[in-house]
Amino acid sequence: MKRTIIPLGPYHPLLEEPEHFKLYVEGERVVDLDVEIGYNHRGIEKLSEGKTWDQVPYLVERICGICSTSHPMAYCLAVEDLVGCDIPKRAQLIRVVVCELERLHSHLLWVGLAGHFIGYNTVWMWAWKYRETILEICEKLTGNRNHYAMFKTGGVRRDFNKEQIEYALERIVEVEKPIRMLTDAILDDPVIHKRLKGIGVLKKKDAILYSALGPTARGSGVPWDARNDEPLDGFKDLKWKVIVQKDGDVFSKGVVRLLECFESVSLIKQALLNLPEGGAIDADIREVPPGEGCGRYEAPRGEVFHYVRSDGSNMPYRHKVRAPTFNNLPTFKASCKGETIADVALIMASIDPCYCCTERVAVVDKNNNEKILREKDLLKLSVEKTRNIMKKLGKAPPLYNMEI
Amino acid sequence: MGVLKKAFKKSIWVFHLSTAACNNCDIEVLELLTPRYDVERFGIKLVGSPRHADALLVCGSVNAHAKPRLLEVYRQTPKPCLVVAFGSCGCSSGIFRDSYSIVGPVDKVLREEDPDVKIVYIPGCPPKPEAMIEGIIMGLGAI
Amino acid sequence: MKDLREKLKGKIIDIVQPREKRIYIRVEPKKAPEVIEYLFFKYKCKFCTATGMDIREGIEIIYHLAREDKNMVINVKTLVPYPNLEIKSIGKKIPAFRWVEREINEMLGVTFIGHPDMRRLLLADSFPKGKYPLRKDFKHSDVNDEDYDYERSGI
Repeated sequence: MKRTIIPLGPYHPLLEEPEHFKLYVEGERVVDLDVEIGYNHRGIEKLSEGKTWDQVPYLVERICGICSTSHPMAYCLAVEDLVGCDIPKRAQLIRVVVCELERLHSHLLWVGLAGHFIGYNTVWMWAWKYRETILEICEKLTGNRNHYAMFKTGGVRRDFNKEQIEYALERIVEVEKPIRMLTDAILDDPVIHKRLKGIGVLKKKDAILYSALGPTARGSGVPWDARNDEPLDGFKDLKWKVIVQKDGDVFSKGVVRLLECFESVSLIKQALLNLPEGGAIDADIREVPPGEGCGRYEAPRGEVFHYVRSDGSNMPYRHKVRAPTFNNLPTFKASCKGETIADVALIMASIDPCYCCTERVAVVDKNNNEKILREKDLLKLSVEKTRNIMKKLGKAPPLYNMEI
Repeated sequence: MGVLKKAFKKSIWVFHLSTAACNNCDIEVLELLTPRYDVERFGIKLVGSPRHADALLVCGSVNAHAKPRLLEVYRQTPKPCLVVAFGSCGCSSGIFRDSYSIVGPVDKVLREEDPDVKIVYIPGCPPKPEAMIEGIIMGLGAI
Repeated sequence: MKDLREKLKGKIIDIVQPREKRIYIRVEPKKAPEVIEYLFFKYKCKFCTATGMDIREGIEIIYHLAREDKNMVINVKTLVPYPNLEIKSIGKKIPAFRWVEREINEMLGVTFIGHPDMRRLLLADSFPKGKYPLRKDFKHSDVNDEDYDYERSGI
C-alpha cells in the first residue's frame, strides 16, 4: 500500500525539485537509500523549443530561484559557443559581478539553514540578515532581488553607472566583516566540530564515479570548478583560487562554502574596480546558424550544463539543461550508508538541495515495517544529538540557541 | 461573516505549500521571518500542519504530482480559511502555462473542489515581502 | 585530438574538433559503451550529462564528457535508428549514467538494455503510458488534466 507523501513547504530551494526519500534501516543505521524526484517537473526543455533565442533566458531563469543567474549564463555561453563570437570586456566583468553576488547570497542561505538544522538558530538569523544586504546590492544594480534578467546572448542587457558601482563597493565592504566573524565563530566551535566531522563521508573515488559536482566534490578533494576548467572569460584575468578540502564529510563541505564567500567578495571588488571605461556591452548576435554548442558555468551548487542544437531557424531545435543536483543526489547512496537517521537529514543538507525533500522521509526497517518521519521529527533528532554532544563537552557556545 | 471576523481577529496561522515552483517565492516567505521584516510581531506564524492553519499560502504552478496533494491539504484545512495564491505562477502559472506537465493554476484546481473558495492573488516574480504582507492583510479585511 | 584518434581507431566513425575546446566523436550504437568506458576510466574524463534528440532517422544520443585538466568537452554522438530503439546501458557499470538513462527512456522511449533500475524519474506515475514528451510529434496540448490517471499516484 502506498503512503500519502506530501512534499510541502520549503525550507530551502533545490535546483530541480523536492524529493521523497526512502531509507532502509537496521536498528538505527541506514543500510540503503532511495530517492524519488519529479515534483517540480515543468517541462522546460520542451517549452524552450517554442521560444526564440532571446526569449529563452527569461524561461531558464525560473528553473531555480536561488541559482537564477547560473542557468541564463550557461545558456548564453552555449549559444555563443555555437555562433563562435567573443564577448566585449565590459560585459564579461558585469557578468562576473552578478554571478558572484548570487554565489554569496546562496552560500549565506545555506549557512543559515544548516545552522538552523543543528539547533543554532542565531546563526540562521544572522546569516539571513547579512544576506539582505547583498540582496539590496542586487536590487540597486539590476532592479530586482532575484531573477535579474541581466543576460542575453552576446552580452548583458543593462549597464552599471558610476553611482551604482560606488554603492556596491561601499556595501560589499560592509558585508565582509560579519561573514568573517561568522566563519571564525563556526570554525572554532568544538561542538560543531564534534557534530559535523566524520559524518556523511564521500570518498574521492566515489565522488569521481558518481561525477559529483561543486562543493560536494571539492569537499572530497576533487578540484573540479567550471570557472577554472572551461576557463571562463572574465575569470581568466582576475586573481582567485579554487577551494578544496580533503575529508569529504559535512564539515569540509561547509568549510568550502564559507571560504568561497571570501573569494566571491574579492572577485566582485576586482571586477568593479577593473571595469573598462565605456565600451560595448553586447556583441549583437543577429543570426544563429545551424550547429551545436555546449555551455558550462559554476553555479553555487556545482556545474550547470546547457547544450543547444540549432537548425538555422529562430528557435532552438533542442535545448538540454542539466542542473548540478542531478549529479549530486545519487551520491547519497555512497555517503549515507552506515549513518544514523539523525544525521541523514544533515547529510542531505550538505549537498545543498531542497529541504522540501526532507519534509517527509519514509523509514523502512528490516522487518519491512514502514513509518514516516516528518520534518519536525528529523529536526528534533538532529538538535537532540547536538545537545548530547554539548553535555559531554560541558559547554554551551555563544552562538547556540535552544529555541526552535 | 461575524464568526469569520472574530476568528481572524487574533494572530493568523499560515501554512505554506509549494507546488511545482522555482522556490524563489518560498524563500521570500521565509525571509518574512528574519529580523528585517519579522512578521511574527504581527502575530503571523508559520505552522507545520494544515489542521492548525487559518490561511493557506500556495505558490507554484500546479503539476500532476502536486494536484492530488494540494486538494488533500485543502480538505484538511479547517474552514473558514483564506487561500493566498502568490507569485505569478500561483496566480496564472506564469511562463509555464502552456507546458504539458502543468494541469492548471491554483484557482482552477481548487475551484474543482470548492467553487466558493476565497482566494487572494499576489502577483510578482517573486512578489516583494512588503507586497505579501499587504496582500494577506487585504485578504483578511475582505473577509 | 590526434592521440584520441589513434587510440580509438576502428571503434569510431569520425572525430572532429570545430573549436579549441570542443571535440565531437561519432560512433555506432554497438560501440558506444566501449568508447565511453575508455574515455571515463582510461582518459580520465568526467561525466557531464547525456542528451537525447528526436531527428528524422531515429533518436540521437549525445554523451557529454569533460577532460578538466585539458579544458576540453568531448561529445560522443550515436544514432539509435527507428523502429527498434535499443542500446546497451552504461549505467550498469558507471553509476553516474543511471539517472540520465532513466530520463531519456521516459522522455523519448529508448530502451537501455541491462539497466539495473528502470523506473520513471521526472514524470508523474499518473502520466499516460506510451506518450513521450520530447518527441517532435508530441505537442503540449496532447496531454490534458483528464488524461492523468490519478489513481496510480496512490492518493
